[in-house]
Amino acid sequence: MRAALLGLLLLAPLVARADTQDVTLIERGSYLATVGDCVACHNGPAGTMAGGRGIATPFGVIYTPNLTPDWDTGIGQYTPESFHRAMHDGISRTGAHLYPAFPFPWYTRVSRADTDAILAWLRTLPPVRYQPPRNELPFPLNLRVSARAWNDLFFSAGYFEPDPTKSAAWNRGAYLVEGLGHCGACHTPKNFLGVDQGGRQLQGGSLQGWWAPNLTGDARQGLGDWSADEIVQYLRAGHTPRSAASGPMGEAVAFSTNQWAEADLRAVATYLKDLPGAAATRPQPLAADSPQMRAGEAIYLDRCMACHRRDGQGVANLIPRLAGSQVVQQEGPDTLLRLVISGVRSVATDQEPTAPAMPSFGWQLNDQQVADVVSYIRNAWGNAAPAATSGQAGSARTVVARP
Amino acid sequence: MRKLPRKDAVVIGLGWTGSIMAYELCKAGLDVVAIERGPWRDTATDFPPNIAPDELRYGIRHDLFVRPAQETITFRNKPSETARPIRRWGSFLPGNGVGGAGVHWNGQTWRWHPWAFTARSSSEQRYGADFLPEGTTLADWGVTYEELEPSFDRFEYLCGISGKAGNLQGRIQPGGNPFEGPRRRDYPTPPMQQTHGPSLFAKAATELGWHPFPQPSANLSQAYTNPYGCRLAPCTYCGFCERFGCGNFSKASPQTCVLPVLVRHPGFEARTDCTVTRINLTRDGKRATGVTYTDLSGEEWEQPADLVLLCAYQFFNVRLLLLSGIGTPYDPATGEGTVGRNYCYQMSAGAQGFFDDQRFNGFAGAGSVGMIVDDFNDDNYDHGPVGFLGGQSMSSIITNARPITSHPTPPCTPRWGGPWKRAMHDWSGRVMNLGIQGGILPYRDCYLDLDPTYKDRLGNPLLRMTFDFHANELKQGRFGVDKCVEALRAMGAKTVVPNYREGPYSVVPYQTTHNTGGTTMGADPRTSVANKYCQSWDVPNLFLSGAGLFPLNAGFNPTGPVGALAYWAVDAITERYLANPGPLVGRP
Repeated sequence: MRAALLGLLLLAPLVARADTQDVTLIERGSYLATVGDCVACHNGPAGTMAGGRGIATPFGVIYTPNLTPDWDTGIGQYTPESFHRAMHDGISRTGAHLYPAFPFPWYTRVSRADTDAILAWLRTLPPVRYQPPRNELPFPLNLRVSARAWNDLFFSAGYFEPDPTKSAAWNRGAYLVEGLGHCGACHTPKNFLGVDQGGRQLQGGSLQGWWAPNLTGDARQGLGDWSADEIVQYLRAGHTPRSAASGPMGEAVAFSTNQWAEADLRAVATYLKDLPGAAATRPQPLAADSPQMRAGEAIYLDRCMACHRRDGQGVANLIPRLAGSQVVQQEGPDTLLRLVISGVRSVATDQEPTAPAMPSFGWQLNDQQVADVVSYIRNAWGNAAPAATSGQAGSARTVVARP
Repeated sequence: MRKLPRKDAVVIGLGWTGSIMAYELCKAGLDVVAIERGPWRDTATDFPPNIAPDELRYGIRHDLFVRPAQETITFRNKPSETARPIRRWGSFLPGNGVGGAGVHWNGQTWRWHPWAFTARSSSEQRYGADFLPEGTTLADWGVTYEELEPSFDRFEYLCGISGKAGNLQGRIQPGGNPFEGPRRRDYPTPPMQQTHGPSLFAKAATELGWHPFPQPSANLSQAYTNPYGCRLAPCTYCGFCERFGCGNFSKASPQTCVLPVLVRHPGFEARTDCTVTRINLTRDGKRATGVTYTDLSGEEWEQPADLVLLCAYQFFNVRLLLLSGIGTPYDPATGEGTVGRNYCYQMSAGAQGFFDDQRFNGFAGAGSVGMIVDDFNDDNYDHGPVGFLGGQSMSSIITNARPITSHPTPPCTPRWGGPWKRAMHDWSGRVMNLGIQGGILPYRDCYLDLDPTYKDRLGNPLLRMTFDFHANELKQGRFGVDKCVEALRAMGAKTVVPNYREGPYSVVPYQTTHNTGGTTMGADPRTSVANKYCQSWDVPNLFLSGAGLFPLNAGFNPTGPVGALAYWAVDAITERYLANPGPLVGRP
């Protein structure tokens, strides 16, 4: 540690650096790092922003790098130029191509001024000498050249272009959603190569055993039925009368959106509310007297009704509403299967300190029963969504069992 | 022993009072650590709704209670006997862990009558000093109902209590309890829905000229958000309340009402599985310097603090004062000393009615769903003709027909085999219980002290209880049971079985966990441990909480005044003590 500090002191003057007393810049960088939710991935076993957290991708586990200003293991040798290149082009200081688990396909839209601010803040953190584990990727993905190939094929760098026909709030919202907020990293469906599916921006998709919901203006699956106020409330507090953030979105609320400036949350809501509706057509709901619906209803009455109520209305800001719920009616049942099998805790915030949890029913219900009750919830009270199968429930059970 | 950095305040025990007082002190800017003997407990992880309703684990095997191997008490009926340790809890069930008894209570929440706080002076005034039973050490609290009213209100609004006011600022309200003290406003949420049994009782009671009203309930009738921003959900009437944690966020508890905000406060820290063994004092014994505790690895720690709050269960508060040498131990031979004085239990009894023509659904209920008659409680009627002091509330509460403990059969039914099974089947849903919860006066020979023989695993003497029922209470109990019989007959029961409570008191069958006294508050330092602000007379930077402060036990559950006194005391600390940290009341 002492050697690292000494090295930093000796070599620091050689590196072009932002003014270390520019508190306005540093504070802005701190806020932008919160907006980008950097800590979600870069907080790890060695501490704040020291990396080493394993990101489970469909291709293998990728460990996040150390972003503290340690000279050898962190970002001590980064300049504003090289840091901006990493954010904008996905290329590290040494010229290596970064894997797109790092969301540079979104960060490429971030302005140079903003990346400079983030770096200025990172440089104020205590340096931690910590080398994260090596990535667990199979050949040939373990070769950086594969990342380069991916980038060449699927990635094009480019700054955010404001739309002069839209309001300032809309443009700010678009900059945040499509840039630092990197909402599409989860909410835009990916193909088998991990590439955004063309033309399906923010329409939701399966990811790490969850279904990231549709954020377009569609009423059944998206945010068409949500007011801008409710979107702001959800991002700030994590709970609204109809819904609660949990899982990866719970983390995003806790570490990021809960601390956003009000104007930025409003801007995001303005932008999202302007997205046209785009979703799969409403399927014919399962017949109420079908065997699966009847089996599912019986389980619902025994296991779910006490909290979520007979009519699926839940309890405002506490127990999510299932009737008419967008989360419930997503294309894939991944989230619901997961919640029933493993349970999950909703996020606690200063605005909503009570953070109830969905209990785990995986030890009480078999795969068919899980599929039945999920199918019932997806097709009761006017809901309509494809039925879940016991095979899907079995797969979900495997996913949640992974460490 | 390792010494830790100083804190502004150390809270011993993180239950109802510990969490309320810790949070109020944190809000006042203090750095607070709570030290809790048992484990961390949280609704989502410890009692989710598909784990909590487990009668065998929680109801029979006592999962939430302190293991006697960790801490127990010894018991005897009379000072002439040798006490023996309780090795399996019976008559009462002391809690353990974060939330304390607030996790596993039924939720019956009362304001005690104004009479209770001045029971001695009021009774002497009304009936003459000679009317008091021989040997009673009854004393006033030093604080009145009127002074505590705002604190009762705060506790009720913290919990979201569901009820119907009976006395709004002096105006009697139909449908509420006409005997209650005046309240500033109605309960925060309306009463719970009544089931058939309690409704039938209310009808009969009204016909008898009594005044039934719904039990004020901490199982909530509707969703509620308390002043701290914590949210509760409506009760589902599953009936797994007493001995269980509530998985539905429907029962007011430290977990639902305080901990969500307390754990987020940067001024707060909790250390669980740590047993406080001493409150440390300065050399002259005039101030507390903090506490010593032992963790589960057997390591001993010293936690210095400017302010010590004693917030454990009543028994363990008494024991800790005795172990720490604070105050003078009560001596029944001389009647002098204060610590351990005025220990009181309760008189719980009742009657059982078997009905030919009624169907009660025992599976829909809650710990506080029921109807109450308060006509015979405390001093709500002239006791001159009956010849005893005090009284009881009468309740018709169906908690839950839990299968292991609930299978009532009429008298003379065999206790096993075919005839028993047939009787259980035939009478299922046809039985209704009425219960009484009777107050008990303190007596000179009922007290708590340290056991001379038995020690805990850390080598500290156990607390010893010496208690038996006295004639005044046995008479009062019989009176109450007879009233239950009268009510059940009026309800149309075919067979009525009175269950009188006879002496001597036994610690084996469960009766009630409402133990009171031993660290009483009062106006006279010769007969009380704490002044009217729950501040130790001897050590002014030590404040006490809990039912140990009560100089007598009344015919109601204690949690209401326990919560009110926590607010009353912590307000005195933040508004007066912190500015001038000395005695808030001068010695008379």
